[in-house]
Amino acid sequence: MVDVVRHDVVIVGGGCAGLRAAIAAVEADPKVSVALVSKVYPMRSHTVSAEGGAAAVPPGAVDDSLEKHAYDTVKGSDFLGDQDVIQYFVQEAPKELTRLEHWGCPWSRNADGSVATRPFGGMQTPRTWYATDKVGFHMLHSLFQHSLRFDRIVRYDEYFVSKLLVEAGQCRGVAALDVRTGQVRAVLGRSVILTTGGAGKVWPFTTNGNIKTGDGMSLAYREGVALKDMEFVQYHPTGLPGTGILITEASRGEGGYLINSEGERFLISRDYGVGTKAELGPRDMISRAIIQEIEAGRGITLPGKIGQYAHLDLRHLGKAKLESRLPFVLELSRTYAGVDPVTQPIPIRPVLHYMMGGVDTNIDGATNIGGLYAAGETACVSLNGANRLGSNSLTECLVFGARAGAHAVRYAKGASAGSEPALLEQTKAEGARLDGIRGRKRGGETLASIRDALNAAMEAGTGVYREQASMQKAVADVAALKRRYEQVSLSDGSKVFNTELTAMLELGNLLDVAETVAVAAVNRKESRGAHACRDFPKRNDGEYLHHSVVSWSESGPRFGTKPVTLGTWVPEERKY
Amino acid sequence: MAETQKKTIVVTRFDPDRDEAPRQQSYEIPVEPDWKVLDALNYIKDHVDPTLSHRWSCRMAVCGSCGMNVDGSPKLTCKDALSEYGDTVEVTPLANFPVVRDLVVDIEGFMDRFQKVKPFILRAKELSVEAGPTRQSPAELDDFRQFSMCINCMLCYAACPVITNEPDFLGPAAIALGHRYNLDTRDEGQAERNKVFREDGGIFACSYAGECSEVCPKHVDPSGAIQQAKLANVIDWLTGLVLRRGEAR
Repeated sequence: MVDVVRHDVVIVGGGCAGLRAAIAAVEADPKVSVALVSKVYPMRSHTVSAEGGAAAVPPGAVDDSLEKHAYDTVKGSDFLGDQDVIQYFVQEAPKELTRLEHWGCPWSRNADGSVATRPFGGMQTPRTWYATDKVGFHMLHSLFQHSLRFDRIVRYDEYFVSKLLVEAGQCRGVAALDVRTGQVRAVLGRSVILTTGGAGKVWPFTTNGNIKTGDGMSLAYREGVALKDMEFVQYHPTGLPGTGILITEASRGEGGYLINSEGERFLISRDYGVGTKAELGPRDMISRAIIQEIEAGRGITLPGKIGQYAHLDLRHLGKAKLESRLPFVLELSRTYAGVDPVTQPIPIRPVLHYMMGGVDTNIDGATNIGGLYAAGETACVSLNGANRLGSNSLTECLVFGARAGAHAVRYAKGASAGSEPALLEQTKAEGARLDGIRGRKRGGETLASIRDALNAAMEAGTGVYREQASMQKAVADVAALKRRYEQVSLSDGSKVFNTELTAMLELGNLLDVAETVAVAAVNRKESRGAHACRDFPKRNDGEYLHHSVVSWSESGPRFGTKPVTLGTWVPEERKY
Repeated sequence: MAETQKKTIVVTRFDPDRDEAPRQQSYEIPVEPDWKVLDALNYIKDHVDPTLSHRWSCRMAVCGSCGMNVDGSPKLTCKDALSEYGDTVEVTPLANFPVVRDLVVDIEGFMDRFQKVKPFILRAKELSVEAGPTRQSPAELDDFRQFSMCINCMLCYAACPVITNEPDFLGPAAIALGHRYNLDTRDEGQAERNKVFREDGGIFACSYAGECSEVCPKHVDPSGAIQQAKLANVIDWLTGLVLRRGEAR
């Protein structure tokens, strides 16, 4: 007997996008029942680690406009963002951040009690709302706590979704492993929203937490949904060496400098395309600038660490400002780098942070499978194009989480529940599959060996700078690792909280995501946004002003393209 | 070349399907000088014993997943330097919680308490988006901000001597959170929350041991929140008493 629960809308993932979708869904219809299924308790979701802020034109702002926010986003995307999506985004952004204010988010304030904003990279004006430098933490907790008002949001905490239930072309629920008991349950609904975040754990050096394994991307990919623009992965300029822990861009928003081994503010003294924006240039350009400084022999060597770094200098901001605006930066630097930013510069280097690509959706969050939606970092609604601007992603989770939630309710109302016996049969088969993996004995491979090899292959092939040869090698390496994955032997046969089993499923998801990243990267023979090819250093709008799409097939990944939606702004040279 | 340092990590193991009672298992492993306790557990999981179960994610002291008792004290293991300990380090599940498996504890009881204090803005009339954000002065924000910093790591429950004797106690984090909303100028739900606070196992069950604030990795000071809430409720109750007497006259 397969255990089954029935709802209207099933949401996979309990971070910012998932919680916002859940709230939007129950608000859209007083009768709708929502399942919120997450492999971790919602307050553990990776939204919690976002630091610097969320962008929206503040209501009543005199020096800012929706048009300016839209243009900054289009330009930041290197003209690969869909302009209809961007227009909708900037228009909804202030409303969403206002809602969050009403729901208790402790936004930092100006003296007159209005919400404070700070400058951020690639933005013309200070429009990044913040709550000190723990913005993701406060947004996540505010949303989670607000969601507790609604008893129609039914949570399945620590349930690992391992398969979408698709029947007759419609997504009608998920098969979910109750991690605590080892039982696989059918969580049925007439629409499903994927909000599982990104897949930073594909790479070895990342700001991402351990749970960021591309689960939603892989779930969709496996059912025939294309992953879009996967070659565009964002390297954040300032991660702590060794751990990859994020030091927020707000450090530079508040006035921090980037310094090389000669004590020089290289973004000012040399031409890296960021103009007078200097440290407030967009992330792709600043990450490249740091790598170039290191390659030119102006990196800083730290004792005991591998590789070279630059310095983020905040000393001139003074203790009082650092304590009030950047307390988390102080805590993280002291705890994880052993430096005190009040008196010492912070060693930093570019670190894998965010995926612009994801599950291919339209502006409503809908995929090409009926009833299947995605939002947030999991999705590629084409807001961010080839490079995301800092502080647009938290807002994206709200704007498109809400929209996907509302549309999923609308879809659910018109959809039939499908054939329950067929869905339960699929769930039963999934349970048997997981039983077969738990503690299985195969060849001599271990989880750690495959994961480490995957990390190495993807760092070599899809770093800040890429080359055709290294990308080709990454494609081949990942394909070989997928075969080796089949030879992994496991040790844990227990049904109860078996984290070896979930790590095995996660590694499978990482391999899927890595495959699409490498294939999309090798097919884009130009440089645009975060995709910087040494062999093709220029942007080539004639041949490559399109989205990449990679689809799963039995014989291997299939590559294709989709048109970009242009509008007000015609592609021009991207200079700051 | 300095010799690789080694430490013995003694970990509680328990699988309810196989073990009748928890047991201790020792792992001697090479360690790095900059490791946190969590790094040692992850090393064991990856390279020595993949059957070890523990929760972790952000490894930057903000997701709250990896609370455990280390040498008897509740710690956030991703923040807790391994070098602070001797050659043998004992890692046990967070005290005062039922154990699911190994170092994984059951936090459902905490989630129920969390829900009980109504940790959300309550208002007679909802605000409209068109009206824009509420005004709140920096001073008003400062009144509650500290109590909004809780990451739900539950170290305070592991440290709380009241919970040990009174399992129904709402506990430090839940009270601090309820109090945080009571102090928020945008909220009107104080009466509802104070009702919960005054029930058996509410704020007056706290004997002001103060251990909760000692162990908090985020300096939330739940003990301070409980004392503030007690004072507010006593004043509230006295005011009510005076008013009722006044009416009776």
